[in-house]
Amino acid sequence: MWDLCTNALDTAKLRGASYGDVRVMHLRQRDLTTKNGQVGTLSQSESIGLGIRVLANGAWGFASTDRLTRDGVAACSAQAVSIAKASALAKRSEVVMAQENAYVDSWQSPFRKDPFEIPLETQLALLLAADAEMRRVKGVTLTETGMQFRKIDSWFASSIGSRIHQRKVISGCGIAATSFQGEEIQKRSYPNSFGGQHALQGYELVESLDLLKNAPLIAEETVALHSAAQCPEKIGTLILGSGQLGLQIHESIGHPIELDRVLGQEANFAGTSFLTLDQLNNLKYASTIVNVVADARLDHGQGLGTFAYDDEGVPAQCTDIIKDGQFRGYLSNRETAHLVGLDRSSGTMRTESWNRLPIIRMTNVSLLPGAWDYDDLIADTHDGILMETNRSWSIDDRRYQFQFSTEIGWEIKGGKKVRMLKNPSYSGITTEFWNSCDAICKLGYWTLWGTPNCGKGQPMQTMGTGHGASPSRFRNVRIGTAFSNQ
Amino acid sequence: MKLAAKSKKPVTASANSPELLPQRELRRIVDAVLRLAKSIGAEDTEVHVDEVANALTRFANNAIHQNVADHGLTVSIRTVADGRTARATTNRIDEDSLRAAIEASLSLAHSQPKDPRLLPLPGKQRYRSVNRFIKQTVALSAEDRARAVRRACDLAVKNAQVAAGIYSNGHSQSALGNSRGLFAAYRETHSEFSITVQEGPAASWAKANSAEVRAFDPQKLAARACEKAHLAVNARELAPGRYTVILEPSAVLDLVGFLFYDFAATALEDKRSCLNDRMGKQLFGQNISITDDVYHPLQQGAPFDGEGLPRQCVQLVDRGIPKNLVYSRAAAKAAGKQPTGHGFALPNEYGEAPMNLVFAGGDSSVEKMVASTERGLLVTRLWYIREVDPYEKVMTGMTRDGLFLVENGKVTGAVRNFRFNQSLIEMLNNVELLGPAVRATGEEAFEMVVPAMKVLNFHFSEVTKF
Repeated sequence: MWDLCTNALDTAKLRGASYGDVRVMHLRQRDLTTKNGQVGTLSQSESIGLGIRVLANGAWGFASTDRLTRDGVAACSAQAVSIAKASALAKRSEVVMAQENAYVDSWQSPFRKDPFEIPLETQLALLLAADAEMRRVKGVTLTETGMQFRKIDSWFASSIGSRIHQRKVISGCGIAATSFQGEEIQKRSYPNSFGGQHALQGYELVESLDLLKNAPLIAEETVALHSAAQCPEKIGTLILGSGQLGLQIHESIGHPIELDRVLGQEANFAGTSFLTLDQLNNLKYASTIVNVVADARLDHGQGLGTFAYDDEGVPAQCTDIIKDGQFRGYLSNRETAHLVGLDRSSGTMRTESWNRLPIIRMTNVSLLPGAWDYDDLIADTHDGILMETNRSWSIDDRRYQFQFSTEIGWEIKGGKKVRMLKNPSYSGITTEFWNSCDAICKLGYWTLWGTPNCGKGQPMQTMGTGHGASPSRFRNVRIGTAFSNQ
Repeated sequence: MKLAAKSKKPVTASANSPELLPQRELRRIVDAVLRLAKSIGAEDTEVHVDEVANALTRFANNAIHQNVADHGLTVSIRTVADGRTARATTNRIDEDSLRAAIEASLSLAHSQPKDPRLLPLPGKQRYRSVNRFIKQTVALSAEDRARAVRRACDLAVKNAQVAAGIYSNGHSQSALGNSRGLFAAYRETHSEFSITVQEGPAASWAKANSAEVRAFDPQKLAARACEKAHLAVNARELAPGRYTVILEPSAVLDLVGFLFYDFAATALEDKRSCLNDRMGKQLFGQNISITDDVYHPLQQGAPFDGEGLPRQCVQLVDRGIPKNLVYSRAAAKAAGKQPTGHGFALPNEYGEAPMNLVFAGGDSSVEKMVASTERGLLVTRLWYIREVDPYEKVMTGMTRDGLFLVENGKVTGAVRNFRFNQSLIEMLNNVELLGPAVRATGEEAFEMVVPAMKVLNFHFSEVTKF
């Protein structure tokens, strides 16, 4: 693979590139699903190819190919340089890149059980058993289960001399029960929506979930939701389960801190951000108990945003995003770091595959644990609503106004969960919401959730991101708006 | 057996998209896989070969900041063994890799219980010819795109505005064959220009998409976005509530695009469609008729489905009444119907979907709708639409890039963006006027043929800060 990389970089230099970086990637994936007791999807795939990004005449070009011959790679590299020269026809300034060291390294994400070595029969048997457990509950009309495994090898080389090989093993698993009754469809998922939990782990992730124990529980809740009370519409106290809070972090903190959005580079598609450059170190983003980091290091956990080096050859880092409630940092790359006074990228350039350009992406953007025991948090809440497991999510293109609904809610009165609520939802303005946070649970309740389906960029790329969160409480939140019909 | 190398072209400095393989090469790959699978012992085999070459120039802050090209070919193999099936996909076409993919597919298939719904592969089919491959679209070079982008950006600079967007072109081809003699092939071109223009905190947007790059003019789209961005300055805040709205085609598309999956027979069987218990009833207004028609001149896509069955035109909604669903082969057999050629590639759990919706239009226009409105809102586009209630089909989302107040038949100013929570079923009962159906393009749904609509009592629940 290194020969291909060298060939690509040499060709680019010969054609006039002042900088180049190249990624050869080999992606393997296995997907298994069941539906109503039958196998649904059963497939595996592999893809291998090369993508090269170059600077020529002060502008960017990128080309990719699966023709991994000497001629094929050289043609691809030449095409990237030609594209860069075309880009220069419509440039307004020269690209400036922050200094970075060259690294020669090889890294593999830790896992205990290679999911591709576990017999398919074992994997399917578990899914079918969980499916059967859900179907035993009367009133369930649709059952779904799934597992997804990925193994990604990448060979990164750049014209500054880096040669980095990384291997990542990613696993995902989840189950869901749906019930149609009268004029209502209700659904419960475990351990989360979006196909469950996803992490930079091996098959041990699946084994840790205890699907068979949880399958009947969510099936019963699905049916019970039909007779539950409707979530009221009011301004009140909201407690979010950690899964829902993970998505809240993703949408209202993770995206606004992407520096490419802030600088208008995503204005046509993903949108911009309310976090204009003058807000850095000045905005009180959240209450003083809120601390958020973007941490790609293994020390933070085995999340979907964990790696050793980003796809620009920058080592994984931990960046303070919100410190004691104050806005402290963006997600940057080598091209944008200097615009916020940094002399180095924060290491967040990531690509979906060999045929896509690396772009600024969330790593693991996490809310650090607080001081509360979960039981104490509930007991301390006189009148509130607990919402768990995302059902719908939406936020404006500058990341101010959001609305979420969840699969299930619980009314809390006098410090106790008193009854189930259906169709829960809440909405608000990002900074008002985060400034209303008055309680965050401890590390023991903290989970590093994986969001596998984050879309961004043109052409669109899907990326997995990590979000650590523990149950937290928010005051004076607008509740019930999604189902209001005023 | 030795398959053709993917390319023997010499190294060139061209910034154009690579040429696709001749169609006979795709057929050769299909035939080679079928022979190899038979020699390995597969009872039956289906092969999909897909090749794509795309290029996209992206600009922001009035300059190109990303400029990419990609090219790839995949071979996806489904084997059938003793009432079981599974799929393996690779982008390597040497014999060893194809053999490995066939063996992986067989291994996956053998690992599962028998599928009682699995049908034998279909035999040879006949297809209607469609031509959506335009040489001029392929010929558009990186330099051509850069010059067009430069002109669009210069226009924004002249107006003290900031432009961002994309200009892309490409071509793709697919071949599908199976061991029962079926073979289908299709190729098409695609091109797109999209622009967002910002003037201070205000913004507007324009976009077009076609197989024929000459079907739209990037400069006209840029001029329109510049003009609307200027109109969008000084937005004032209105109270949330129910408003008459004039939805431009892109806004209509991104909403009604969420309906397509509800017309899948499998979705009804799974009881997750909003049409459960509602087929044959007056669900929408009488001015709503919807067809799925891949052969419509403004549509794109192959004339066959994931199993190689020819796509049929299906009248989904006739004057407000849901009349028909689309069926994969398995769903048709379960329902005692004929398949309609809308199945996804097997194995999958979703069955089928209509992918080429065409709404019947009307004789109004956005201009006439504005002129007929005493008080309402003109909506350029919608954003981040998600389903809140799957049965009542309540959708939430935001307005974006140009929301305008209409008073006494005229656009009188810009308005801050709203969040909506709106049932599509209710909305399609409240359509007062329709424009002609056009090929619309947005960001939430794939392209369809829909009209602009004037809709009464559209529900905006909250307002944002800009």
